[in-house]
Amino acid sequence: MSAVSVENGGGKTPRGAISIRAVSKIYDPDGARVLAVDDCSMEIEAGEFCVIVGPSGCGKTTLLNAIAGFHGISAGEIHLDGELLCNSSQVPKPGSDRIVVFQNGALFPWFTVLENITFGPVMQGAASKKDAEEKALHMMGQMGLKGIAHNYPSEISSGMRRRVEIARAMMNDPRVLLLDEPFRAMDALTKTVVHQFLLDVYDRNKTTVFFITHDLDEAIFLGSKVYIMTTRPATIKKVLSVDIPRPRDFRVLASTAYQRLRTECIAAVHEEAVKAFKAGEREM
Amino acid sequence: MNDRISRALAGIKNRTRSRTFWRGIFSLTVFTLLWELCTYLKAPIIGNVPAPSEVVSTLAVQLHNTYYWLSWKDSMIRIFTGFIIAQIIGVPLGLFLGANDRAREVLFPIFEIMRPVPPLAWVPVSVIFWPSAEMSMIFVTFLGAFFTVVLNIVEGITSIDVRYIRAAHSLGSSRSDIFWRVLLPASLPSVVVGMTVGMGITWAVVVAAEMVASKTGLGYLTWRGYVAGEFPLIVVGMMSIGIAGYFSSALIRLVGSRFTPWLKTR
Repeated sequence: MSAVSVENGGGKTPRGAISIRAVSKIYDPDGARVLAVDDCSMEIEAGEFCVIVGPSGCGKTTLLNAIAGFHGISAGEIHLDGELLCNSSQVPKPGSDRIVVFQNGALFPWFTVLENITFGPVMQGAASKKDAEEKALHMMGQMGLKGIAHNYPSEISSGMRRRVEIARAMMNDPRVLLLDEPFRAMDALTKTVVHQFLLDVYDRNKTTVFFITHDLDEAIFLGSKVYIMTTRPATIKKVLSVDIPRPRDFRVLASTAYQRLRTECIAAVHEEAVKAFKAGEREM
Repeated sequence: MNDRISRALAGIKNRTRSRTFWRGIFSLTVFTLLWELCTYLKAPIIGNVPAPSEVVSTLAVQLHNTYYWLSWKDSMIRIFTGFIIAQIIGVPLGLFLGANDRAREVLFPIFEIMRPVPPLAWVPVSVIFWPSAEMSMIFVTFLGAFFTVVLNIVEGITSIDVRYIRAAHSLGSSRSDIFWRVLLPASLPSVVVGMTVGMGITWAVVVAAEMVASKTGLGYLTWRGYVAGEFPLIVVGMMSIGIAGYFSSALIRLVGSRFTPWLKTR
């Protein structure tokens, strides 16, 4: 709420640096201590598009939930822009500076698109309803979301819904945008559209993005850095720097740099997939 | 362009709707004719039922009878009094139990035990319990709708996907915001379902209660037909109850769809 408002983005005041230091998380629902994340450390720079890839159930979402403030961690510390967000004794709080876009979407079905997008600022008392609506409509125009303001989420396509949800997050000018396999259930064609949309949003605002996925193409196409995680307990196995310049478009997919990164990525991920498979996990 | 598509769609919708309508009319006509034929031929069992022609002539007489309309009025008053009191108490209670884990853990077992008791089984107790027959009938009507509504709301709230609550938290909602803007609207579809089902139960209950404890109402009208040996009147009573039940449920659905506009599509 006290976050500096960056009206036109552009990375003038870089913020949203996440420092994950030796984080572990033990789930202990009924005495069966499950180590979900083990001694995991990452330094995510302000304005970085960071993509996390790893086998199912490896603890990626656990990290994301801790950053979002949905649950605590068992050991280690997470800092956001140098401030302590949580450690083993401090349970984090959800906040509008860290907004999650969920795997199955969490637009409120009972509100119209416009009511959804203005929900954050109105709830926080950051803007009057009228101002928030004006800002939302302006933003929707920029993002190619015109003409659906008064529709309910069930009346628009799944690709449109996901874009609206990203718009709802961006209305809060978050320091970090957390995406948990947001495009998982989408067909390939819709994916290309939402990918381009997310890249445009990122290029315009340079907000730090923490993006979880299983899709290697998506990871390399979108990310600045790809963190490959091991199977549970999760630690970082490998970090790939994606040195493909921005703005990117689909032509990137045919470049040799992309192919090289992809091969490298597959090699690293395959090893973990085999381990996970042997450990009785579901497929990647 | 868009307009034209939507108009075309509406046209298709109307046509299919009218086709369904005519199919319904067709099956009802065939049913009535078969029924008439069976009674005419003195078919076993069905042959003892009054013929549709007798029913219609009895109905024609009844339509001019103030007592018949008084039966409608009395049953309707009982239904809606019981039903509305059930909503006034049940909706807030259901919301409270749904939103408050501790209260639910303490109070819900009582509901679990009371719920399987059919509302009809309450009739003798409530006749003893309440000073007037009228009050006891309204009470059992109330019970019929009450449990369904409370249980549906609790179910609706406790099955809300945690994503919505988390998203609302992240976006800066306070606890009361989450109640009013997430829990309440998310549970509305279950409230409407609970009300529709509850309305159906209410009719079942009131008819039985009237047969036992009343001298008026559509349930009593039907019973009187039996006692007096006026068999066509039984069928008139049954049909009247069916029609009354249908329209009360339709009314609930209509009101319900007003409160849940986002469910209209798909």
